[in-house]
Amino acid sequence: MAAAIVEARGLHKHFGALHVLKGVDLDVAERELVFVIGPSGSGKSTLLRCLNRLEEPSAGSIMVDGINLLDPRTDINHARQRIGMVFQSFNLYPHMTALGNVTLALRKVAGKSRGEADAIGRQALERVGLGDRAGHTPGQLSGGQQQRVAIARSIALEPRVMLFDEPTSALDPELVGSVLGVMRDLRDSGMTMVVVSHEMGFARNAADRVLFMDEGVVVEQGPPAAIFENPSHDRTRAFISQIQRH
Amino acid sequence: MEALIQSFFNAEIAAAALPIVLDGLLNTILLSLLVVPLGLLGGLILALLANVRHPLVRWPLMAWVDFFRAFPPLVLLVLLFAGLPFAGLELGGFACVAIAFFLNTGAYYGEILRAGIDSVPVGQVEAARSTGLSGLQAMTYVVLPQAVRNVLPDLMSNTLEVVKLTSLGSVVAVPELLFQARQAQSVTYNPTPIVMAAVVYFLILWPLVRLLSRLENRALAARR
Repeated sequence: MAAAIVEARGLHKHFGALHVLKGVDLDVAERELVFVIGPSGSGKSTLLRCLNRLEEPSAGSIMVDGINLLDPRTDINHARQRIGMVFQSFNLYPHMTALGNVTLALRKVAGKSRGEADAIGRQALERVGLGDRAGHTPGQLSGGQQQRVAIARSIALEPRVMLFDEPTSALDPELVGSVLGVMRDLRDSGMTMVVVSHEMGFARNAADRVLFMDEGVVVEQGPPAAIFENPSHDRTRAFISQIQRH
Repeated sequence: MEALIQSFFNAEIAAAALPIVLDGLLNTILLSLLVVPLGLLGGLILALLANVRHPLVRWPLMAWVDFFRAFPPLVLLVLLFAGLPFAGLELGGFACVAIAFFLNTGAYYGEILRAGIDSVPVGQVEAARSTGLSGLQAMTYVVLPQAVRNVLPDLMSNTLEVVKLTSLGSVVAVPELLFQARQAQSVTYNPTPIVMAAVVYFLILWPLVRLLSRLENRALAARR
């Protein structure tokens, strides 16, 4: 087993009176693709957002690539460059071109010159198949293209792990394939990934491991075949049969 | 009719007063170039502070903004001009106008910019922070450009008001357009210079008003 890139222990998260994460452990090995499924409100997005501290966990510990993420002495802005994140609603900067979106952090955080950043940015856009769209603004791109630009924005920083928060949920069905294709390429290149998604087909043939979460806990986990064909918990079975009916 | 033209559109007096009025125009432009950026700076500081949720920042900030929006700018200006010397500060009219505008128009600009910042979806900041940008960098490169664009018509409209309000400077002897026109009027015993000032105000402000209308129409069209 390769070294763990992500080691989360005993994560709890409270939103006021709401107890959203109730002691979650998550290890992700290098080059592993972990899929997180579960009903809405199960805490899967919150778990993902804790992994780059967009949400502050109420308790627990998180190590990412050897960095203690919750240590007050940790430079979180520095650490976040190693943790890419892709959002359901893309969150591209509408006032910048695709290339501008990809190069902003390269220039302002990684300290690259404009020329260096542009070269890296174009390469990242090539990788997601949008080399010819560098000068387009988000408004001129389809949802699928916007999401691929968002992926390029993350991979340009050469992260050690990438977090996907329902990356295809906001897309028209015919655009989902292009985004999943890019994610598959990433996986094939050895990127470590944690994906929250309902794309069961993708999970089945790309994931190394599937986690089923419900009510703030990991109910069970295992290889996709085991979770999908032969879940050991009733809750998992109920959820999977419900998803597959659609 | 003849008497009317003699009083209000007297060519002879207009010719004599022209250099004085133009001098005033120059000072009005200089004053605007001073107070608009000052007001914007004050507004930006207030808008950024509005993001701080701490009660020790929030309540004084709210009191500050409310106070200076409720305080008539002319009264504020006179108070500064007449009152500061008693505190041992002889600042002169120009500096008093600058301070009064920083306080008064800053509060207005601040409310507009705050609304602009609030209009930018929180996902924008999250995306920026997730790539390692600091809070300040996310504000500077991601939020503020969108915020300003979203409230551009309101910012321009306020700027228009600010330029008009520079005529208040005449009360504290700042030789701006209105002050100079009144000087010319008092030496010629003829209101033609005031008419000239009015025409000059209209000529410099009307293009701004047109531009503002176009921006507002475009904003409306974009919303449809």
